[in-house]
Amino acid sequence: MNVVFKPDETFRDEFRFANSTHAIRRFPFPFAEDEYMYSVNIEPHVAGPQGSVTEFAIDVDEHYVAECRERAIVLAAEPLRYQALPHMMSAQWDCLELIMESLARDYPAHFSLARTGARWHWINRPLGIDHTFTFGDRTTLPQEPLEYITRQTQGDWVVMDQREGDLWCEAGMVTTQADWSLDFDVGMTFKEWHGPVPVAHELGVFDRALKYLLNLRLNEPVRRLNWTMTIHPRLDTSPENYHQWGPDRASVTLANAGDAYLRVELQGLWRLPRSNGIVFSVRAYLISMPELVTIPKWARRMHRVLKSLHPALADYKGLTRYRETVAAWLAPYDDGAPTSAGTAPE
Amino acid sequence: MTQAATIAVEVAAIEQVTPLIKHFTLAPLAGGTLPAFSGGSHIVVVMKRADRVHRNPYSLMSRPGRLDSYEISVRRMETSRGGSHFMHDEVKVGSRLEIAHPVNLFALDKIARKHVLIAGGIGITPFMAQLQDLHAANVPYEMHYSVRAPEHAAFLDRLGEEEGERLHMYYDSRGEVIDCEGLLTSQPLGTHVYVCGPAGMIEHVVATARAAGWADSHIHWEQFSAPPVGDAFEVFLARSKLKVHVLPDQSLLESIEAAGVDVPYLCRGGVCGFCFTKVVELDGELIHNDHFLSADEKNSGKYLMPCVSRARCRNLVLDL
Repeated sequence: MNVVFKPDETFRDEFRFANSTHAIRRFPFPFAEDEYMYSVNIEPHVAGPQGSVTEFAIDVDEHYVAECRERAIVLAAEPLRYQALPHMMSAQWDCLELIMESLARDYPAHFSLARTGARWHWINRPLGIDHTFTFGDRTTLPQEPLEYITRQTQGDWVVMDQREGDLWCEAGMVTTQADWSLDFDVGMTFKEWHGPVPVAHELGVFDRALKYLLNLRLNEPVRRLNWTMTIHPRLDTSPENYHQWGPDRASVTLANAGDAYLRVELQGLWRLPRSNGIVFSVRAYLISMPELVTIPKWARRMHRVLKSLHPALADYKGLTRYRETVAAWLAPYDDGAPTSAGTAPE
Repeated sequence: MTQAATIAVEVAAIEQVTPLIKHFTLAPLAGGTLPAFSGGSHIVVVMKRADRVHRNPYSLMSRPGRLDSYEISVRRMETSRGGSHFMHDEVKVGSRLEIAHPVNLFALDKIARKHVLIAGGIGITPFMAQLQDLHAANVPYEMHYSVRAPEHAAFLDRLGEEEGERLHMYYDSRGEVIDCEGLLTSQPLGTHVYVCGPAGMIEHVVATARAAGWADSHIHWEQFSAPPVGDAFEVFLARSKLKVHVLPDQSLLESIEAAGVDVPYLCRGGVCGFCFTKVVELDGELIHNDHFLSADEKNSGKYLMPCVSRARCRNLVLDL
């Protein structure tokens, strides 16, 4: 599949970002009903419809080149956004293999991988990378394998080791996150790092999710969607840079509520073969309210979800200060008509 | 989730390594490579016989980096329900089998400061691949391997050559036994112990380690129970509305699968908990043979693991 990239986009300062009509149609709208509550909404990560964000294992879209540049900007300022504990090296190579094989298989016009034994030849045309290296030999790559390959992807990556009946967050590349920090969480167990999430613990969501993931099988990845909102198309809403984006949340008015973006995370989980670890991908998709209301069903449902959202969830997602304003902005697009089941546009 | 997609393989080589153990090399039928795996992983081999299907777990023994084929070893069981006899008597070079993707329920701990590996008999199999992983890791380890007699010491040549002084052999025929207490009271902090072998050996190692103050997180064991033979019984599957007859030498899981109902599984040996099933009605007793349910859960009569457990009753209804 050929993607036409938009290399001039930027996710900071003057914020040059827009979704094409195609990108809007394929946006992973997360609400299957008019109300939202947590659930263990995990499903097999199998190929979705042609053109959808789940058509391939790892989605590459029109924002790819700009998002890779954004990652490089963040890493230049804050190198600890990438971390890997020493025992995670085999998992790093597992991740590199997963990503290179997926991209080369699914986007042959943009990426190619030729393996001759342990000698691998990797070409990334959109980013102008052509590199031959030895799989398993760290010294043949300019960075550690996980950093090297995730600098060439959209979305964040967390790599977990499995031991003692738990999953430990022990490596990752996290530059496009919704207010959590790898530097803070690295070394934590599954429930420790999900500690701040409200309500879900009481529902037993994490007990069930952990049990499920401990038995995740090779070759049977799974996925789920999560969501929040962000003011401006800003990918880096990290605790480290809260001073830059936090105040935006107090600036929303009915006049500028169109600058609010629905931020949907497509999260994938793969068992890793050599390390027996698990890699967790968090790919953020942004859509502005004016873009979203071009799909009437989504406009109605977004309005209803915001109106009915549990206050603890609104607080945790950081929406409390502006959810009513955005809901008021959306109200003219909700005529009260029933919405059809599922997330697809009508 | 239903049953995993399988991979078609062909038997590329068979070697009789001891009077009771045959070693099989399995190559992908489609050519190319098989999935990478970590030491301690097992595969489930699907054996299609005329009248029934066996699905037995076997540890992968080949070097984890070598992916043109997998190697497994099968011990001929005296009271086989058919699986090991099938592998020994009917499978030839060129036979085709199906295997599931590797699963690791017996992984090395990656932050251990030292590993102590203890094998009894055929229990050596998961360690054969783990040792290859350990060669690449810069962590001390020792391998303790106990067998009945020298002729039963499978893979001794390879182990002796690759492990040297790290290999400690014990022969029952010479009255040699592993001094577990001495071994487990003299290890540095941060050591993990792994044991695979007969049930008595596992119980002894685990009990000795606990008595010596080892944390459970540092004690690892793997024992795939072969589903025991028992009396025939009948079961009703409530959701599928099917009555299933379980033969004496057939596991409950196998009979349910034969009736066309998919039950998710990973280990088929009572370890992983994946086939956890709720009991809806029971007028007799459950015979639990798994290592997953707690004693309380077993006594409650509300759950069972159909891969290895059975029932002695007139009426059993399962939530399947």
